[in-house]
Amino acid sequence: MKLGKYLLPLYGILALIYLLVPIAYTILFSFNDSKRTNIIWNGFTFNNWLNVCDAQGVCQAFANSIIIATVSTIVATVLGTAIAIALVRYKFKGRAATTLLLFLPMATPEVVLGAGLAAQFLNAGMPKGMTTVILAHVMFCISFVVVTVRARVAGLDPKLEEAGRDLYAKPSQVWWKVTFPLLLPGIVAAALLAFALSFDDFIITNFNRGPVDTLPSFIYTAASRGIPAEANVLASAVFILAIAGVVTAQVGGAIRRKRLGITP
Amino acid sequence: MAIGAFSHGPSGTAVSSASQKKSRVAWFLLLPGIVYLLLFFLTPLFSLILTSFKTAPPAAFIGEYVYAFRWENYVEVLGMYGEHSLRSFTYAAIATIIALAIGYPLAYFIGVRLRPYPLLQSLALVLVIAPFFISFLLRTVAWKQLLADEGLIVGTLKAFALVPPDTHITGTAISVIFGLAYNFIPFMTLPLYTSIERLDLRLLEASNDLYANSFTTFRKVTVPLTLPGIVSGTLLTFIPAAGDYVNASANFLGSTQTSMIGNVIESNFLVLQNYPHAASMSLVLMGAILILVSAYVFKSGTDDLL
Repeated sequence: MKLGKYLLPLYGILALIYLLVPIAYTILFSFNDSKRTNIIWNGFTFNNWLNVCDAQGVCQAFANSIIIATVSTIVATVLGTAIAIALVRYKFKGRAATTLLLFLPMATPEVVLGAGLAAQFLNAGMPKGMTTVILAHVMFCISFVVVTVRARVAGLDPKLEEAGRDLYAKPSQVWWKVTFPLLLPGIVAAALLAFALSFDDFIITNFNRGPVDTLPSFIYTAASRGIPAEANVLASAVFILAIAGVVTAQVGGAIRRKRLGITP
Repeated sequence: MAIGAFSHGPSGTAVSSASQKKSRVAWFLLLPGIVYLLLFFLTPLFSLILTSFKTAPPAAFIGEYVYAFRWENYVEVLGMYGEHSLRSFTYAAIATIIALAIGYPLAYFIGVRLRPYPLLQSLALVLVIAPFFISFLLRTVAWKQLLADEGLIVGTLKAFALVPPDTHITGTAISVIFGLAYNFIPFMTLPLYTSIERLDLRLLEASNDLYANSFTTFRKVTVPLTLPGIVSGTLLTFIPAAGDYVNASANFLGSTQTSMIGNVIESNFLVLQNYPHAASMSLVLMGAILILVSAYVFKSGTDDLL
């Protein structure tokens, strides 16, 4: 037991370091003064960061990824939030079947989802491109949005909406002035999750992208001849922005709780 | 995280005074999303079934197939790719065990030991999900370069003569399993954390008071109480790992000797344009996973989670 007192923290910290090693490597090599391939360290430079679009196709792929993730996130968040509200608040026939339909996409290997959609687009004679990628991304994001928003809806006290109705608010006013603001943190969390899932998806995308490149597919294709450091730059920039945002939110929340005297 | 998230808790508290009118509102909310999933999740599975029985007409072009009932496709893929299937499930199972061995202590450390320090706890959780924010392909490439013969890790070990000078790691089963375990540790750790965070430490004290040693306490109290997290975590690791084809691909951590089912499906679909074989292989993978997962869930006694 005495040994375990120090052993567990040590193990935990080592595990965290292990998780972070390849991230640090990726960021470090975004500053590599690489010639043809970005494998051997050639010295420090800011050139990759300053001329990030110099590597052919990388900025186009990045822009495609942003467009696809944005559109997919908006559609999946709207569809998923509606389902989450219905699941918690309403009684309806076919609840079990609905739950199964939402659960199955998360339990199906991505390669099967990707091949299935590609087979469907092929059978329907629909050419692959941006649209097919977005259609695929919305599909796998919906379930994750439902799971995330659902927890928030379940924690929402129906009495608050009742109070709004008692004070003669119209149903649309109750939604926009009471329900929606209270659900917003859950909806934002779901949207961020959907964006992250879509932005980093490779397997499903690869089956349905046709000639369109996303950042992950660009990296996959480039892996055979050497990935340009500019890809590391774009991935590192997204990473730094995302982590800064999350940490700010966490620390800000902790400070606010302390000031209000709330102990978790 | 995923499993059980749907049927836990709030379903029972659904407003009981819901009237007929309300059920119409429910359908208005549900319908768009449900129709979307029917069109782009369920129908594609039927497309896969139809495609898996297709046959090439005489004198067909590459990639040209017609609807038929050619069940021999299944016999062919099982004969040709039995080895790949076995490899997929073995790699995924070992990677899941490694991820559990790393993820469980990590989740316990964050969920129990860091409990008195909420800010540290949330920052540690940010570190666990940090890998989600950077391309998993680049992280896998980073491991490839770190594990390369003259790379930082193997190169250093060789310099100190800790391993034989002809050691190869990249391109072997070891590096593929290593990569799979690494990639899915956050998926393992998060559901474990959700279970462990709720663990009531007084129960562990009680067990200790009743003269159980720490191992017995762990086996009889901690593990049963955190079982939902263990089941969700192992499934969230095993399912994607069994279908993964990035780690095993020759441009990443694998070689042609380590091809998994995912690689077979990818090359048949996207390179060889042998759609029927790709489709039947996909359905074999999905069927095998469904069987394994339901056996596992029922055996572990957590079937009420589904």
